[in-house]
Amino acid sequence: MAIIRRRRQSVSINTVSLPTMTLSYLLLLAWAFVVLFPLYWLAITAFKTPLDVNGGPFYIPFRDFKPTLDSWRYIFVDLGEDTFRPYLNTVVVGLTSTAITVLLGSMAAYGLVRMRYRVSLGAIASFAVGVALAVVVLIFHGPWPVAAGAGLAVFALLLQSVAKRSKRAVGNDDIAFWMISQRMLPPVAVVIPIYIFFQQLQLLDTWAALIIAYVASHLPIVVWLMRDYFQSVPLELEESAAIDGASPYRIFRSIVLPLAVPGLVATFLFVLVFAWNEYLIALFLTSANAQTLPMTVAAQNATRGPQWWYMSVLILIMIGPVIAMAIALERYIARGLLVGAVKG
Amino acid sequence: MSSLTSPRVLRDVVARGRPLGGRLDRIAGAVFILPAVVVILGFSIFPLLASLYVSLSRLSFSQGGVELKFVGFNNYAKLLFGIDRTHFLGVIGPVTPVSGAVLVAGYGLMAFLLFRYARYPGRTLLGLVGRVITAVIAGAGLWLIVNTILTSGRPGTLVVTLVYVGVDVSVQYLLGLGLALLVVQQLPGRRFFRVVFLLPMMITPVGVAYLFRMLTDTSKGPLYPLWAHFGLTDVSWVTNPWGARLAVMIGDVWQWTPFIFIILLAAIETLPHELVEAAVADGANRWQVFWRITFPQILPATTTVVLIRIIEGFKIIDLPNVLTNGGPGTATESLTLHAYTIWRALDIGGSAAVAYMLLIVVTFVGVSYVNLFRRRATAVA
Repeated sequence: MAIIRRRRQSVSINTVSLPTMTLSYLLLLAWAFVVLFPLYWLAITAFKTPLDVNGGPFYIPFRDFKPTLDSWRYIFVDLGEDTFRPYLNTVVVGLTSTAITVLLGSMAAYGLVRMRYRVSLGAIASFAVGVALAVVVLIFHGPWPVAAGAGLAVFALLLQSVAKRSKRAVGNDDIAFWMISQRMLPPVAVVIPIYIFFQQLQLLDTWAALIIAYVASHLPIVVWLMRDYFQSVPLELEESAAIDGASPYRIFRSIVLPLAVPGLVATFLFVLVFAWNEYLIALFLTSANAQTLPMTVAAQNATRGPQWWYMSVLILIMIGPVIAMAIALERYIARGLLVGAVKG
Repeated sequence: MSSLTSPRVLRDVVARGRPLGGRLDRIAGAVFILPAVVVILGFSIFPLLASLYVSLSRLSFSQGGVELKFVGFNNYAKLLFGIDRTHFLGVIGPVTPVSGAVLVAGYGLMAFLLFRYARYPGRTLLGLVGRVITAVIAGAGLWLIVNTILTSGRPGTLVVTLVYVGVDVSVQYLLGLGLALLVVQQLPGRRFFRVVFLLPMMITPVGVAYLFRMLTDTSKGPLYPLWAHFGLTDVSWVTNPWGARLAVMIGDVWQWTPFIFIILLAAIETLPHELVEAAVADGANRWQVFWRITFPQILPATTTVVLIRIIEGFKIIDLPNVLTNGGPGTATESLTLHAYTIWRALDIGGSAAVAYMLLIVVTFVGVSYVNLFRRRATAVA
């Protein structure tokens, strides 16, 4: 009897009473309105003429104003090249940098989960001394091969002699923490040396510069999310593959990655959105050629004041693909992010 | 630990048969992790150190290269005491009753918390020293915030950034949690709300900034009837410092509430039902169920998501730069935007100094947060 009663009770927490339900719907609809109205306004502004925008607010197409494709024609036909180039830049830089980031980050995350690392503090200190020496040589205008050679030599020497004695070492968790904590770094704190570096290599305003910078800045997210994913992959499969003679690389490619596809999808989407929307690094590293869409949109703040009708079209075509992916992959996003949030 | 060693042992056994493959297999650990380490070292750690040096020098771009002249702490002194002080720290106004009261209350609370920890049996010397240092720095921050905001003074970019982070993250958290609790109920159509609520997160912050410029326009924006009703159609709230800051904060809340919403929703959904069912059977009401059962269980997810938002919040630049251009004056400038405007004025060293200040503030806030809240929350759970 008690069991039956409890079961009936447990049903009642899932069925919501009528007043609660009404109130919930009101609140949910209110927030849905807050989210959707700005997007609606954006969409209709893209179909307005300048006169319709400046003449005061018109809310409903066909009734309040007559929709036109003028702005779309301007953006796609008149501007043409100036719209397509940033679009191409954004697509290429976004997809390439995300693919590289997810690959490198997954490898590192897998290594951190399944291999055991012990790096002695002595080795790290030797490395730091070697680098410091190379930098000093460079500051005194030594040629860079000399600097690199001297640094390497000192590093190797110290590693063989002093570093062997050091007992203390950093392990997997320390390395993971070090990698993930890089996300705390405000990009503006590193972007100036990166600018100078790419300037010296004459890579400013190219895809390569942006891709490298994005890979570096998004790698921590991938390591963080994928580490938890790989921890949930059962070890038995990998063990039996190893017994059958598969190499670690083969195991990673043929067993681990296919099993982690949901996590990879969520991570890929998440990083792609970051790269797609990135503003600060692009602001520093690009000018005309490699300009991405956020730059183009921000540049619309012309001398004649913002031209809302053109800008709305630009923003719409910029956010369109990302929103479509978000709607399609909503389930993956929630799950992918959660794993990291709970354990991270 | 055995889970770490066993595949490796197996691999070594297997690899013995294949000389070349075997050697490659044995260094697999390094192969997996080195690319990431190299990228992070090369594009985070070295630039960070180089940035430190730049912040201590005067940098000029010369023919085909850069020239660095070491100037010590000049760039920092300029921010804290020199010509850039009003820009960075703000203008301190005379004490008012409100500002005095807030300061006294704030310091009283800090003293009380310190005193309580000092009497707590599980205290450690390190914990006490850490808390005293945190309290001193936080106290200085509070003094600066109160004396620039609650008086006739003017907040600088440091205070504005802190206000952005504090207000944005609190509002986003409350809204995100509320929405998650609403959506988690078994209502028809919840999938629609889940997807819709996620959307703002995907939109470029630059786009969000323009969107809110359109929406807040008092003469041709959609809220025109409202402004007309109050006779405010000639007012542009972007010319009022707090109006402009409010616009930036509304944009940020709109954009990032979904992030907190989606993670808390997923966290609540994965909780086991048994506890809630047992509590309801024992006559607990919704309020009790939330505070006694749901909330403690989502505390680890909560502290993580808030930490992420705090860290990301400090990096804000796109919204103020596009929405208000940092103006009126420098009223809405964040630290990152401050660094960028100085950079554009070719004071590269000064820009690096602002960036380092930001790094110091983020690190301090992040580390204090982890030590004071996060560790305890994850220990409980």
